[in-house]
Amino acid sequence: MEILFFLFVAFVAVGSGVFVVTCKNPVNSAIALVNTFFCLATCYVMLDAPFMAAIQLIVYAGAIMVLIIFVIMLLNIGTVDVVKSSHAVAGGALMSVLVAVQVLYMLNRGEVANIEGPMTESAILEFGHTELLARSLFTEFLLPFELTAILLLVAIVGAIVLAKRDV
Amino acid sequence: MTPELLSLSNAPGMFVAVMLVKILAVFGVVMLMIAYATWVERKLIGHMQTRLGPTMTGPCGLLQPIADGLKLFFKEDIIPAQASKLSFVLAPMMMVVPALVTVAIIPFGRDITLLGYIIPMQIADLNVGVLFILAMAGLGVYGVVLAGWSSNSKYALLGGIRSTAQVISYELAAGMVIVAIFMLSGTLSMRGLVEAQQGPLWGITSLPAWIHNWYIFSQPLAFGIFVICSLAEINRTPFDLPEAETELVSGFATEYSSMKYALFFMAEYANMIVLSAVISTLFLGGWDGPFWGALNLFIKVVGFMMFFMWIRATWPRVRYDQLMFLGWKIFIPLAMLNIVVTALLILL
Repeated sequence: MEILFFLFVAFVAVGSGVFVVTCKNPVNSAIALVNTFFCLATCYVMLDAPFMAAIQLIVYAGAIMVLIIFVIMLLNIGTVDVVKSSHAVAGGALMSVLVAVQVLYMLNRGEVANIEGPMTESAILEFGHTELLARSLFTEFLLPFELTAILLLVAIVGAIVLAKRDV
Repeated sequence: MTPELLSLSNAPGMFVAVMLVKILAVFGVVMLMIAYATWVERKLIGHMQTRLGPTMTGPCGLLQPIADGLKLFFKEDIIPAQASKLSFVLAPMMMVVPALVTVAIIPFGRDITLLGYIIPMQIADLNVGVLFILAMAGLGVYGVVLAGWSSNSKYALLGGIRSTAQVISYELAAGMVIVAIFMLSGTLSMRGLVEAQQGPLWGITSLPAWIHNWYIFSQPLAFGIFVICSLAEINRTPFDLPEAETELVSGFATEYSSMKYALFFMAEYANMIVLSAVISTLFLGGWDGPFWGALNLFIKVVGFMMFFMWIRATWPRVRYDQLMFLGWKIFIPLAMLNIVVTALLILL
């Protein structure tokens, strides 16, 4: 039952991913991308990570994509006929084959799957996913967390400086 | 045998049946409330402005929502020739669905025990409850944006852009203000929030027993900011700039007709109901109160909706720069201050 549901969600995710690339209208591409994000969030829920799912929806689907659609709307980009050059198609095909080989190799040979850590399924059920995440974020990984915060602050200040010519 | 929580693993048939009953009951109640909220709004605002409101259809105009629904249902559905068809049809649905989905996590009563199983009076108890509400509110923006863009009309586009900017700014303040609530309760789940509000006020046992630890007493500032932010998020007066009739005809809904137009109205009222229920759960103890569980919540929700209607009848619309000033320069700093003060008080 669960595997059927996963296959359905994965199918929709890949399908909307294809739409993102093939849609001629940029707004429709953006909607398809939102759909992909939603499917990814569903996958996170199935992996017992509801916090990740909520964050995925709030940050990517809720904020970033709205801004992207906003920009598309304000620049009024209409339907564009993409000039397809054979170089681009060949390069893209080569890259996608390489990525597919790499992913398959990592899944089969690498140590991506079946890593045993402190965050097991039983621990998630006992303490809750959000609590576990917060615990490791604010103890073990406090320094990277704070550094990321400063980095984001710098980015925000930089964006404002760039946007306003004379501060 | 001690009763255990009903789940898909211990009694699948009963679980599915109970779920269906709960979903149908909640959906039915919300739908009826949406229909009659329009009637209450017209009556209430009518009387506040010394008019009568609808009187002709049925006793006291009680059949007016049904008549309105039938009228809209049989109207011609016009899609403008220049519109982007897919997004134009999709937009009203993308507004209604997130609003209705959010109802799923509102707890509406004490657990009941049936045939040896505990049945929670809530459709789904999510570990991340409140974040789910924020996520769904974020998805609701798409309806407005798409409706504004796909109509290919300047009024609709302006309405859509205004609404997006407004919702994003106020979502930020609303999200930060409820952080203080989590700090007090220590949980994100709506069920846990209601449980946390049932003790005596501030842990003082000498107070009368009927005064419960509702967060409105501990967090009055957060309550005020959250209520105003909710008004802004659902585009109600005084923040109804996206559909400001005097300047934008009807904003993002200008080009819509028939059932699609009705869907926008349904979305507005559904959002009102959901946010009233969320405010009641976060700050007023949810279903906690003197009466039977669901009735308490119902009274609180109706109270908030009447408050929103009262504001609509009495307040003028704010200007766009005032709106942005209020959101970014007053509410967000106040919300941060609230977090700091709450943290200090918890530490002491």
